[in-house]
Amino acid sequence: MAEFTPTQLQSKGVTQLQDQAILALQDVSISYSGKAAVSKVSFPIAKHKITSVIGPSGCGKSTLLRALNRMNDFIPNVTTEGKIIYNRQDLYAAEVDPVEVRRNIGMVFQKPNPFPKTIYKNVAWGPGINGRKDSMHELVEKSLKQAALWEEVKDRLDESALSLSGGQQQRLCIARALAMAPDILLMDEPCSALDPISTAHIEDLLYRLKSSYTIVIVTHNMQQASRISDYTAFMEMGDLIEFGKTRQIFTKPHKQRTEEYVTGRFG
Amino acid sequence: MAIRSSIRKGGVRWGEFSIEVGLACCTLISVITTAAIIFVLVKETLGFFSHVTPAEFLFGTRWVPLLKPSSFGVLPLLWGTLIVTVGAAIIAIPIGLASAVYLSEYASAKVRSTVKPVLELLAGIPTVVYGYFALTFVTPVLKTVIPQIQVFNALSGAIVVGLMILPMIASLSDNALRAVPDTLRQGAYAVGATSYEVTTQVVVPTALSGIMASFLLAISRAIGETMAVTLAAGATPNLSMSMLESIQTMTAYIVQVSLGDTPAGGVAYQTLFAVAALLFLITLLLNIISQWILRRYREVYD
Amino acid sequence: MAPRGIHARSTAETSLRKRHARARLFALFCAAVTWAGAALLMLLLYQISVNGFKWFDVQFLTSFPSRFPYKAGIKSALVGTLWLISLVAIISIPIGVATALYLEEFGKKGRLGRMVEINIANLAGVPSIVYGIIGLAVFVRGLGLERSLISGALTMSLLILPVIIIASREAIKVVPMTIRHAAFALGATRWQTAWSHVLPASFPGILTGVILALSRAIGETAPLIMIGALTYVAFLPEGPMDAFTALPIQIFNWVSRPQEEFHELAAGAIIVLLIVLLTMNATAIFIRHRAEKKRG
Ligand SMILES: Nc1ncnc2c1ncn2[C@@H]1O[C@H](COP(=O)(O)OP(=O)(O)OP(=O)(O)O)[C@@H](O)[C@H]1O
Ligand SMILES: [Mg+2]
Repeated sequence: MAEFTPTQLQSKGVTQLQDQAILALQDVSISYSGKAAVSKVSFPIAKHKITSVIGPSGCGKSTLLRALNRMNDFIPNVTTEGKIIYNRQDLYAAEVDPVEVRRNIGMVFQKPNPFPKTIYKNVAWGPGINGRKDSMHELVEKSLKQAALWEEVKDRLDESALSLSGGQQQRLCIARALAMAPDILLMDEPCSALDPISTAHIEDLLYRLKSSYTIVIVTHNMQQASRISDYTAFMEMGDLIEFGKTRQIFTKPHKQRTEEYVTGRFG
Repeated sequence: MAIRSSIRKGGVRWGEFSIEVGLACCTLISVITTAAIIFVLVKETLGFFSHVTPAEFLFGTRWVPLLKPSSFGVLPLLWGTLIVTVGAAIIAIPIGLASAVYLSEYASAKVRSTVKPVLELLAGIPTVVYGYFALTFVTPVLKTVIPQIQVFNALSGAIVVGLMILPMIASLSDNALRAVPDTLRQGAYAVGATSYEVTTQVVVPTALSGIMASFLLAISRAIGETMAVTLAAGATPNLSMSMLESIQTMTAYIVQVSLGDTPAGGVAYQTLFAVAALLFLITLLLNIISQWILRRYREVYD
Repeated sequence: MAPRGIHARSTAETSLRKRHARARLFALFCAAVTWAGAALLMLLLYQISVNGFKWFDVQFLTSFPSRFPYKAGIKSALVGTLWLISLVAIISIPIGVATALYLEEFGKKGRLGRMVEINIANLAGVPSIVYGIIGLAVFVRGLGLERSLISGALTMSLLILPVIIIASREAIKVVPMTIRHAAFALGATRWQTAWSHVLPASFPGILTGVILALSRAIGETAPLIMIGALTYVAFLPEGPMDAFTALPIQIFNWVSRPQEEFHELAAGAIIVLLIVLLTMNATAIFIRHRAEKKRG
């Protein structure tokens, strides 16, 4: 389905992925005002798996992630080249509607960004504008339960989302994304603003979501990447250095740079 | 240079102390200003109320202060101010808000960075200029459309006062919209919203208190506005429902009296202060409300 | 159905098309309204220049007002405005900046400080005509300063003082705390710190605020009418105690006359006034811009 040449994938060490890929990046290059931030990156994203993207600060992880649901459209002077294939369609083809893309590929941001509305409305708003009318209550409850937040907020759904703690806000943002029942969930360092307990909460959550969602997560936390993800992409200065099964990347990486980076963090 | 070896207090530093006292005295001036405003207004208004009862002043429907038999009902002046202000708000609020939305959500950085200073410049055009515009352009144009309109009329005043407060509303509302963090917009786009939904359902509601504050400030400005309405709307205090007739606002009345030679101490002189006191109270109330709203809105973001 | 969109959800898709149409319409509406508003305001400037330049020449700038339009000019008004604004600057700038310094650098940030702050914010919103009335009662009548330049200048100073204070405080606030701490760590007193570090660092911001405040004073008409600036002055003031007229008063006088020629004279005077204001604003923007560039 995803159009990779076998050699391309072989060189990255993953062939069996070809058929399960829900999203495939092909020679994706992104630049800001002509300054390259991501160059010629190709790798597949497996369905119902967690793929993590790691690499030093400024290497282009967020830039790449935002390209996957066209959030880069909102940054002026961004140019994106190459193809990102989703359901046989290039996300950047002229006839593709970015709004439609984002309905199917949701995103959770680095810092929690709940709307300054009630907890209930935060979850219900996305489905609401997208035409859902009935059984909204059930959907809100289900999403909040999926995000492991329901028990904490079920009695205060009409309170402002801003009254929640940072970790709760982030789980609310996850619930907000889940309420759209996206095919793919993109997460950019979702735990970086959180304490260890909230982080553990969210890691548990991701693990449970895996059975029904495809997740791409950017993280600086090596342990987190190795704990929760099935595949890992390692980037440096805009280049994809190595992509493969997480266990392989962390135990016997093919590239020396990968090994240095991965072990360096472990100390 | 002498090396100071003691760290004990060496008495008061007189230089430093006198400077501080001097600065404090300057600060006192603004407190005194407020006190003076209140003192003068209260004193003369009380003098006025020894001739005219407060009820007669506040609820009387005829304002004939300078001719015999005189009558001191302020309602016609209040009414004049009200219709000009409401008219101005009807014009300026939708246009101002739409412009603010355009500037903050749609315009390119280049358009914004040129339009914004121009707005500030326009907001600084003296009101007498708007009065000129009303009399020499707006009223003649209105006359070709509505032949029965009077030379001095409330409509023309409302239009130019609306134009006058428009840049202020656009600029302040734009600031409020800009203060909405981009992460909120992104959060909304990420669940598949269009720009219209993001703007009207997330950005504007979030900035609502700032926007409301800008409306209130602009309305308070319109109420206190003097020269444009004096020139455009005339000097005929009445309770007419028609915007095509001449009316008189509170401010225009004050100008009218002070242009004539009114001897100090008489009732006519005191009416100035009674009307000014009312004007002061109304604008003060609006300003306090808008500051209160703004304070609340700051708390949301901290 | 066209192979459009990712995922064919047929009913959702037609409604999405509607939502897109609405979004485009809304954007278009906002842009159109903005440019319409801008066009109206430009019309104002256009109309003024068309009428005003008919009379605009050297004679207009160097003649006294007159009953005969072709002889009339703005000499006394222009000189009066210059006098007035100089006096206002001398009075209001030191007081305003001193107040801002005291509030930011010396005063305790307690209850009293908050009250003074609220007081100043409210003073900024008092209609100018109320200041005019206070000027009339206190300066003209109370202190017996008559209808003089100094009465006008004092009234105008009270009017713009809150504006200067607020702008200066904003400028002082953005000076980083670390600079103050560095100075205090060297044993400097509050005043030494304020004078040699805080003031220089906030100078561009203060200057910008002061210029904008003064340009407001130049255009204000109502307070001057209240304190009785004269509308017909065929002499130049020689000192602060002299009677005077000013540009906005002259404009008001000419606009209130029925004859068309006087309206055109008014437009001419408005052009002069706007040029003065534009120059001041441009200076302020320039200073702000340069300071921002320096800060990096
Ligand atoms: N809006 C922008 N405009 C211009 N350049 C940008 C922009 N955003 C990012 N960049 C540049 O693109 C490069 C990649 O940035 P990106 O944010 O994708 O890195 P990152 O890997 O997510 O880093 P971090 O781990 O610190 O979040 C950097 O050099 C950055 O300076
Ligand atoms: Mg990042």
